[in-house]
Amino acid sequence: MEPDRMIQFQSGSLNVHIIPSKTFKTTTFNIQLNAPLTKETATKRALLSHILQNSTADYPSRQQLRSALEELYGASLTSDVTKKGEHHIVSIRMDIANEKFLKDQTPLMEEGIKLLSSVLLNPNEENGKFNDKVVEEEKRTLAQKISSVYDDKMRYANKRLTEEMCQDEPFGVHVLGYEEDLQAITSHALYDYYHEVLKKDKIDLYIMGDVEEKEIRSFITRYFPTDQTDKGENHQLIERSPIKLKDTPNEVVEEQSVQQGKLHIGYRTDVLYGDDDYFAMQLFNGIFGGFSHSKLFINVREKASLAYYAASRVESFKGLLIVMSGIQSSHYKKASDIIFKQMEEMKHGNFTEEDIVQTKAVYKNQILETMDVPRGRIELEYQNELTENPIPLNEWIERTDSVTKEDIVNVAKKITLDTVYFLKGKEEVTK
Amino acid sequence: MTKQTFDQLQETLHFDKLPNGLHVYVLPKKGFNKTFATFTTKYGSIDNHFVPLGEEEPLRVPDGIAHFLEHKLFEDEEGDVFQEFSKKGASANAFTSFNRTAYLFSSTMNIEDNLETLMNFVQKPYFTDESVDKEKGIIEQEIKMYEDNPDWQNFFGLLKAMFKEHPVGIDIAGTVESINQTTKDLLYTCYKTFYHPGNMVLFIVGNVEPEKILQQVRQNQENKTFPEPEDIQRVTVKEPTEVDEKKVVIPMAVNTGKCLVGIKEHRHDKQGEDLLKQELSIQLLLEMMFGQSSENYQALYEQGLIDDTFSFDYTGEYGFGFSVIGGDSKNPEALGNTIKTMISDFLQQPINKDVVERIRKKKIGYFLKAMNSPEFIANQFTRYRFNDMDLFHVIPMLEALTTESLQETLNDHFNVDTQMSQCLIVPDGEAQRG
Repeated sequence: MEPDRMIQFQSGSLNVHIIPSKTFKTTTFNIQLNAPLTKETATKRALLSHILQNSTADYPSRQQLRSALEELYGASLTSDVTKKGEHHIVSIRMDIANEKFLKDQTPLMEEGIKLLSSVLLNPNEENGKFNDKVVEEEKRTLAQKISSVYDDKMRYANKRLTEEMCQDEPFGVHVLGYEEDLQAITSHALYDYYHEVLKKDKIDLYIMGDVEEKEIRSFITRYFPTDQTDKGENHQLIERSPIKLKDTPNEVVEEQSVQQGKLHIGYRTDVLYGDDDYFAMQLFNGIFGGFSHSKLFINVREKASLAYYAASRVESFKGLLIVMSGIQSSHYKKASDIIFKQMEEMKHGNFTEEDIVQTKAVYKNQILETMDVPRGRIELEYQNELTENPIPLNEWIERTDSVTKEDIVNVAKKITLDTVYFLKGKEEVTK
Repeated sequence: MTKQTFDQLQETLHFDKLPNGLHVYVLPKKGFNKTFATFTTKYGSIDNHFVPLGEEEPLRVPDGIAHFLEHKLFEDEEGDVFQEFSKKGASANAFTSFNRTAYLFSSTMNIEDNLETLMNFVQKPYFTDESVDKEKGIIEQEIKMYEDNPDWQNFFGLLKAMFKEHPVGIDIAGTVESINQTTKDLLYTCYKTFYHPGNMVLFIVGNVEPEKILQQVRQNQENKTFPEPEDIQRVTVKEPTEVDEKKVVIPMAVNTGKCLVGIKEHRHDKQGEDLLKQELSIQLLLEMMFGQSSENYQALYEQGLIDDTFSFDYTGEYGFGFSVIGGDSKNPEALGNTIKTMISDFLQQPINKDVVERIRKKKIGYFLKAMNSPEFIANQFTRYRFNDMDLFHVIPMLEALTTESLQETLNDHFNVDTQMSQCLIVPDGEAQRG
């Protein structure tokens, strides 16, 4: 299916992307602030994401801002930070009902854009710094969030694997930053950093819904004036950092009083989004561990009954492949042997044409389904802003179809084992 | 076939009740690539005591068997049903809740084939001793995964505190011990009793032609034979009105504590419009009390007792109901006590009409947003259907709620002296920072 055409234009330093669609009852906005991922800025960016979504100059308290959103028929406003490879992205999202489904014709769209603009451009500032009280509150919340990564063992194992694997690379920096850095950030320094973000970050604004281009253009001109957004630096892509291969794979074992062990295995693929063999890599992952018909699911779960989940995913902007499984601690060797064996099978081309056809079908289905969700569609489009080799969405299906078995075996051969991380449970623990 | 049109939402729902008792709904969604279908039986973890079809004596089955059955249906003589779906580009899944088990697929291609697979595998049980045994290892790991999940432990810890006899307090997957008592024969007994088409709903939402797809479903069902539908006799236990325990504390390997406060519903015979009204009223009241725009939220946040994991919800079903409020906290003890005080204080004040209007708008907007999601529509519609409620009455019902009726519900539900329990998750001592 041909995706709806995207309209793009520049307004100041703002790259605006409009995706008109009559499918949804809401309009989705997404502002993406992109900068390199570094240890120095990670914590500030995570904190800034919290500050911006919780108060503005017009609505200085959380309570006032949230009341204003509720008046706009429960417009949702959220912000978070993610990493895409060695990019650190602050996203600010808003979903707002399309007024044509309401009994009273409130001008929701305009009010929504106005509010979104004040979140980005008109924060709760006083005397050249953010409001101290707000900063202190959000520091506390972020500190708690950083510390509770430990509580979700799957997330914790992922974080530990990444730290071990990419110790000397920006990718090893945690997306939420660090508690020890957090306490040192002053409201003044953060406000300065906020201006640096506006000046240096690559800023993309996505709008998806039943909207008129002309109307959107006039709202953008009015509420995101170019004198506030045009500072004219920035906008370069982040360079591909050289991969560091280890001479021998690293093995890290930690112990906690948990019921289930977490086995997370990191491989290097050196295949990034935009590369020629990107789709071959996606299909490799699909056959290996991406879906419920994959080798890991069949062999670790269905045949050996060692796990409830055994899956793999690719980190498309860093060139990593991560395997995750929850197992009984005493089955560490048994489970990892099965996983390693599946990787060998892939490298030797021990999978069938039928496996490929099946995986292509499921992968294509996944792409099309992602397009049915505004947030998903925007994510797919945004990937093209992060690569030197953009792939238009309407070419994805075709490029997937043209992948051959040879292509898949070739990417398989490039994959090298880097780190095995095992969070081991204490055997005696009983409930 | 009947057709119901909802002008404001611009949706049309198609319905047919087949001769074998199956309810089929189709909601066409233009513009979507995907079609989503759920095939759901009114049978969940709480249905652990019943009279098996064709017998006279009630049977108490092992905990977690509805969920076990859900796992096992995915296997047939030829092997794994997931394979059938993925060959046709679909992704399939299933879930078991307190009172229903749903099987589903979503796909952007081969819709007819995938729908055939869905109807056929759910209506064709195939269990062997060997495959039942093999599944025990998998479910054991699923249970262990949840045992390490502090949010899940917090939630079930709270349910166990609130309910003394009712099976809603039993973990949906059961225990390692109970799943080991599960046998092939018991699975067949449960299947025969609860998987009759008369106890099931099929919901299809997506870019489909309603008449064509209904015709396919009719054809598929006509080719199968089922016994005459019979009423299912479920054995219910007598649950005390008041909560069982007021407070439970669970130590776990976590850095951050958690606190959930529960209010146990004492009216559990409501169905249909009454239940819909009850559910929406309490959800609206909870928003007024603890929503992000409330004085209470502001105060809890400023005192550092909550972070953005704080949330609340009300669940109302036939036979049980509860409100849950809480989230992560570095002082779960203080959070629990403060929530209790805040509820008591809220009961003393008159309901603010402006706030009601604002929250009403918010909930209407949220409902519109949820209508973008085929998953939400299919799952919620079915849940509502099993309680004789109608998803498409949500907006009119929200609009009809009055301050007076809200006041009544408020006084009726939020009795913190007898209906309230707390469950706290606290760090077990070995936890580390970072």
